[in-house]
Amino acid sequence: MNSLFYQKNSSRNIGDKVFTTLSLICVVIAILPLIFLVTYILIKGGAQITPELFTLEPNPPGDDLDAGGINPALIGTLIITTIASIIAIPVGVGGGIYLAEYSKGGPFSRFIRFGVNVLAGVPSIIAGVFIYALIVSTKILFGSMYSGFAGGMALSILMLPTVIKTTDEGLKLVPNELRYASLGVGASMYTTILKITLPSAFRSIATGVVLGIARAAGETAPLIFTALFSYYYITGFGDLFYEMGSLAVLIYNFALEPYDAQNKLAWAASFILVLSILSVNIFSRILAAFTEKTKRV
Amino acid sequence: MIKNTKKAQKNNILSLEDVSISYGKFEAVKNIFCNFKKGDITSLIGPSGCGKSTVLRSLNRMNDLIPNCSLKGTVLFDGTNIYDKRVDPVEVRRRIGMVFQQPNPFPKSIYENIAFGARINGYAGDMDDLVELSLKKAALWSECKDKLNDSGYSLSGGQQQRLCIARTIAIEPEIILMDEPCSALDPISTLKIEETMHELKKNFTIIIVTHNMQQALRVSDMTAFFNAIEYEDGDGGKVGYLAEFNSTKKIFSSPKEKTTQEYISGKFG
Amino acid sequence: MEEKLALFKNRKRFGIEKNIDIIFKNTALVLSSFVAIILLGIVLVVFVQSFESFSRYGLKFLVTSEWNPVKDEYGAFTAIYGTLITSFISLLITIPLGVGTAIFITEDFVPKVFREIIGSFVELLAAIPSVVLGLWAIFVMEPFFRAFFVFLHNFFGWVPLFSTEPTGRNSLLAILILVVMLLPIVTSIARDSLNQVPKKLRNASYGIGASRWKTIFSVILPAALSGIMAGVLLALGRAMGETMAVTMIIGNSNAFSWSLLSPGYTISSMLANQFGEADGSQVSSLFYAAFVLMILSLVVNIFAQWLVKKFSLKY
Repeated sequence: MNSLFYQKNSSRNIGDKVFTTLSLICVVIAILPLIFLVTYILIKGGAQITPELFTLEPNPPGDDLDAGGINPALIGTLIITTIASIIAIPVGVGGGIYLAEYSKGGPFSRFIRFGVNVLAGVPSIIAGVFIYALIVSTKILFGSMYSGFAGGMALSILMLPTVIKTTDEGLKLVPNELRYASLGVGASMYTTILKITLPSAFRSIATGVVLGIARAAGETAPLIFTALFSYYYITGFGDLFYEMGSLAVLIYNFALEPYDAQNKLAWAASFILVLSILSVNIFSRILAAFTEKTKRV
Repeated sequence: MIKNTKKAQKNNILSLEDVSISYGKFEAVKNIFCNFKKGDITSLIGPSGCGKSTVLRSLNRMNDLIPNCSLKGTVLFDGTNIYDKRVDPVEVRRRIGMVFQQPNPFPKSIYENIAFGARINGYAGDMDDLVELSLKKAALWSECKDKLNDSGYSLSGGQQQRLCIARTIAIEPEIILMDEPCSALDPISTLKIEETMHELKKNFTIIIVTHNMQQALRVSDMTAFFNAIEYEDGDGGKVGYLAEFNSTKKIFSSPKEKTTQEYISGKFG
Repeated sequence: MEEKLALFKNRKRFGIEKNIDIIFKNTALVLSSFVAIILLGIVLVVFVQSFESFSRYGLKFLVTSEWNPVKDEYGAFTAIYGTLITSFISLLITIPLGVGTAIFITEDFVPKVFREIIGSFVELLAAIPSVVLGLWAIFVMEPFFRAFFVFLHNFFGWVPLFSTEPTGRNSLLAILILVVMLLPIVTSIARDSLNQVPKKLRNASYGIGASRWKTIFSVILPAALSGIMAGVLLALGRAMGETMAVTMIIGNSNAFSWSLLSPGYTISSMLANQFGEADGSQVSSLFYAAFVLMILSLVVNIFAQWLVKKFSLKY
């Protein structure tokens, strides 16, 4: 008891060992299914990839021999995400600029920041319900109901908080000295923001925005009753105002089909979706780590 | 305005009349009266927390950028109260430039660092000439003429600060404010900047805040000594005031106030 | 000098430039107000649309589980029960796993490189779309757990939660897939909160001879508690609103059962399933259900934010 030597069997040391083991078990339980999940998607989905997949329309379920391709869904995802970005990025960046540059810590900005967090917590299906009530059921968009456009608007609601937050936080990281430098030579606020602060924060804002877009690309719930789904090629601008397919909704629809051919198509779409989202994420992580290193020098 | 007083004030480029500055509820400096003469270098010295930087920043309305900061009184520049509601602070800053405590070049090339300010001030002359001239005036030309396209950050701390001075003189302000421009620099860079200031004196009025009394003695014509006293209600907070303002020679050789004497001889600060 | 000054022709700011400055500021102001407008819009629109159903069923809607478009009778109890039970149980499973993982990667059990790899791997999984998780749950998880569910029913059938014969998709599978989705959230927030605990606290504890786990339990975890709590609440909000993976695996049945081994419903899966084809007063009832979901997640989120704020004041 008086010894300073390590006592293997003291209750304290046993206790420490037990808890260390427990936390290791937590890690294993947490990590293992995740590893299985990713490898399974990549292997099972990757096996379905063929050149025709990217060029063909999907065949209506029932013909078990040939399911066709996912071209309309792929293009649809690109279009819907682009529409969402076109709406959310200017609004979000502008809003973020106001929060970070103009209203530093006032009651209005506190209220808006609170609102941003609340909006970020709104279930994604609610965004779909909202756009359904606002646009789909009212046929306000040139009389069309379900449309790629409505889907893009629903997604933009989900992207907006991310864009505002990253802009706000990115701008807050720009040292005040830089603002003073610009204002000190007689630049006006908007010149300072557009020429000095925004370019300095560009990389962190861009990273956040790209991650937000990647996240939106995989969202399904807001699309299932705004953009709905379509089996047909997108041929022209007018198709924006009709039902539009997307990879996410294709996975949902075809996963629930009883036919193997459609299920395989769902796996292929998952492969493409997961691979692109993961690579965007990994790439931005590497970029962020790189930026941090160069900044420290 | 009566002609006589106008004549008497002719040399005064900037005047503070009963200026008090507060951060929220707390008064930082109180009842400052002070005239800055055209073509002079004036030092603001005093112990930490006496509000000398606050006063300096109020001279071109940089204090506007600090939330809760408010000013009472009049700051006359060119016959106009720059705190008049109609005055555009951006205009003020174009005519009264500022060099900051930390060197803060833009994340752009050396050339662009200088061209940026000139361009937004509507400079219509030859930009290459202006860059060269400004860098020469700031005594930086010989060191960086071959790497004008390098980033401003590639320079050393002292060079960066001289780049910031060059950037400020490029917009040809009437007054240059310097907020402890050498506090982040080594002695050799400090010396170089002081040489630069002597050169600049020919064309500009300079007001400089410094902690270094030797520097004040070396560079300035006039010196303003700020001090701080505890609030009358005595809860430990301090408010700054202008204790003495005179030619640098007089301040350092025969100060009128006892506190000035004590401060310059290093008894507190 | 005079000559040079003349070169600054536009020294005076033109009226137009001043106006641009003002326009720029006000545009930014309007854009930032969009958040508030959208948020209010969502609450308002969903409330107005649900009004018909609300005035017809009142609060009875929340406690009855009849959902019959033919008879035009609606009550959302099954979906509300499903939402609450799946999110709470999944959270109960996730908290120890997530916090345990977070402790493991904030302590120095293994070299930093491994901890960072584990950490970023867990975070990467937050990026996997939930519809893909749903697909995986249908084709991999469900067959994998089938035998286990039968065992659960055979031995614990006397517990109401396991009282029904397992048949394919059910609430327990939804809970398990939710655990996979919530783990990254809880882990990364718990890790951030643990990292924010000042080093000096840990040193103080080690300095008086406390062991590592004594320090973790009595000094570090309590100091990080409110941050972890906020993360848990955010995860709860996420679990309640989660739609795709749950819809795909929960079985989508409105027949009420206490048992987790029978197919169930959550509000969001009910919306995903029925919204596209609903008409008449069913639409209003779905909006009513959406309103309930929204209020639930708003309350949880606002409470979480309040905790975060309280937390950030402390340090």
